Amino acid sequence: MKKHTLLLFKNRRPGECVFLEEYRRQGGYTALAKALKQMDPAAVRDAVKASGLRGRGGAGFPTGVKWSFFPSEQPGQKYLVCNGDEMEPGTYKDRQLLEADPHQLVEGMILAAYAMQIPTGFIFIRYAYRQAMHNLERAIAEAAQAGLLGQNILGSGFSFDLHVHGSAGRYILGEETALLNGLEGKRANPRSKPPFPAVRGLFDKPTTVNNVETLANIPHIIQGGADWFAGLAYTEKGAGTKLYGLSGHLERTECHELPIGITLGDLITEYGGGVWKGRAFKACLPGGASTPFLTAEHLAVPLDYEALEQVGSRLGTGGVTVFDDHTCMVAATLNLNRFFARESCGWCTPCRDGLPMVSWLLEKIEKGQGNMDDLDMLRGQVRNINGRSFCALATGAMGPVESLLRLFEEELVDHIRRGRCPLAN
Amino acid sequence: MAPELLSPQKLEEFRKRVTRLEHPRELVIDVLRAIQEEYGWVPDEGVVLTASLLGLSPLQVEEIATFYDKIFRQPVGRRVIHVCDSICCWSRGSEGIVRHLQDRLGIALGETTADGAFTLLPTCCLGACGQAPAMMIGFTLYGHLDAQKIDAILAAERTGGTP
Repeated sequence: MKKHTLLLFKNRRPGECVFLEEYRRQGGYTALAKALKQMDPAAVRDAVKASGLRGRGGAGFPTGVKWSFFPSEQPGQKYLVCNGDEMEPGTYKDRQLLEADPHQLVEGMILAAYAMQIPTGFIFIRYAYRQAMHNLERAIAEAAQAGLLGQNILGSGFSFDLHVHGSAGRYILGEETALLNGLEGKRANPRSKPPFPAVRGLFDKPTTVNNVETLANIPHIIQGGADWFAGLAYTEKGAGTKLYGLSGHLERTECHELPIGITLGDLITEYGGGVWKGRAFKACLPGGASTPFLTAEHLAVPLDYEALEQVGSRLGTGGVTVFDDHTCMVAATLNLNRFFARESCGWCTPCRDGLPMVSWLLEKIEKGQGNMDDLDMLRGQVRNINGRSFCALATGAMGPVESLLRLFEEELVDHIRRGRCPLAN
Repeated sequence: MAPELLSPQKLEEFRKRVTRLEHPRELVIDVLRAIQEEYGWVPDEGVVLTASLLGLSPLQVEEIATFYDKIFRQPVGRRVIHVCDSICCWSRGSEGIVRHLQDRLGIALGETTADGAFTLLPTCCLGACGQAPAMMIGFTLYGHLDAQKIDAILAAERTGGTP
């Protein structure tokens, strides 16, 4: 096992949570002091841009570039929002982070707010994460008590207030504009873009939305420097570490912090303990439920943004769900598509009507009632839905379906020819 | 005696928060969740109360209350079981887990046991993918489920103990 640096999980202990005293003992809030005393906001933005950090929530957009769109110099109310909705199946990294070390996010948000000169922040957290919400509320109270939040932080003249917003459970809230509507207390349908949130976001004010893991990386970038952070990755274009959440048919299903670019095979073998029950690897979702499948031919692919795009998939959230050779990929894709169909907000036709249609077709094939025309219908649905929905939910839903047709066409045809699922008991 | 929708203290706390906020509507989920935690679910009167507290119409609150699957607009049992049916739990046997829960409770998904103890609902990913198959009862997460473990959990939840 190669030696690697832990940043986000360096304070993680089983069943424990690090709060202010221990966090500071481990070097916490020194990055904040460094930034406020030695760096102007533009220098913080430049460091994040130079680090190569890409958004860890799924889309992978370069964080520094996103921040550069923000009207930092514009006076008045602006908002920083942390997306802690995390409802993509296979993704549980933010929960692990918040239950272990919530001050990292608090410090990261203060630094981000300083960089963009934002006076108010919200942490949007999903319903199921009660413990994480309590941890954050305590961390925020501790930080405020210590003069690290609120007015005139560490005597710098910079002020920032931070609030926690608990949600009530819908996957669509992970979409940043739906999240903003949800935060405002409105029905959480996505908004039309443009205007983008950086121009008109929460309560119509300029807003930046970043994921929990993204923001938690900021103190480490400021403390260690952009070059050091970029160099942590195993690949040239990668930067930093990543929280990879393992699930599915593995012997060990845990969340690990590893350098960006570890290969899929190494992750599965060294950290997942291999495929369970001595079975063979058949496929995996490399980055959550909306990422196209990979197969055994991809085991040597580095898990970074570029390499996965080259093989027709995405790093997404880094939630790796493995399927053994006893798995019916039609049934797996049907399960995934039912999730997206149920979680659609129903705002646009491709999503509201298209996803149930895809589920109907997959179910028909899985039950052995499909015919060859259904495959063309499925391809047509992928074409018609992909890129044509109001937000990314339906397009994401087509990732597994498109890769099912591309990588497992024989299995689909086998269902149709036999008139039953060839892998059913 | 029927429980209150919100305790006087909680009501006062929300009234104070409303006066401090530029956009009181942002509290709508907080109020609905508070009503649900005190009353068990959100009846029509809860929607009206939320609307009056936040200066909204009942319809504006209703479209929020019915959007989220963790806000209950119908009566539920004393314990709500959210059993995950997403891909990670599915891959490790959630269909069998759901069947076992239905058998043990004698109800279908979406129903409440005759004694009012449990409501059984399917849910999307609980963020417990490493502990699949998983379910949540109230806010308590249970992972690595099997039939034996479920029986112990249900017995303990019925009596308010720890499995």
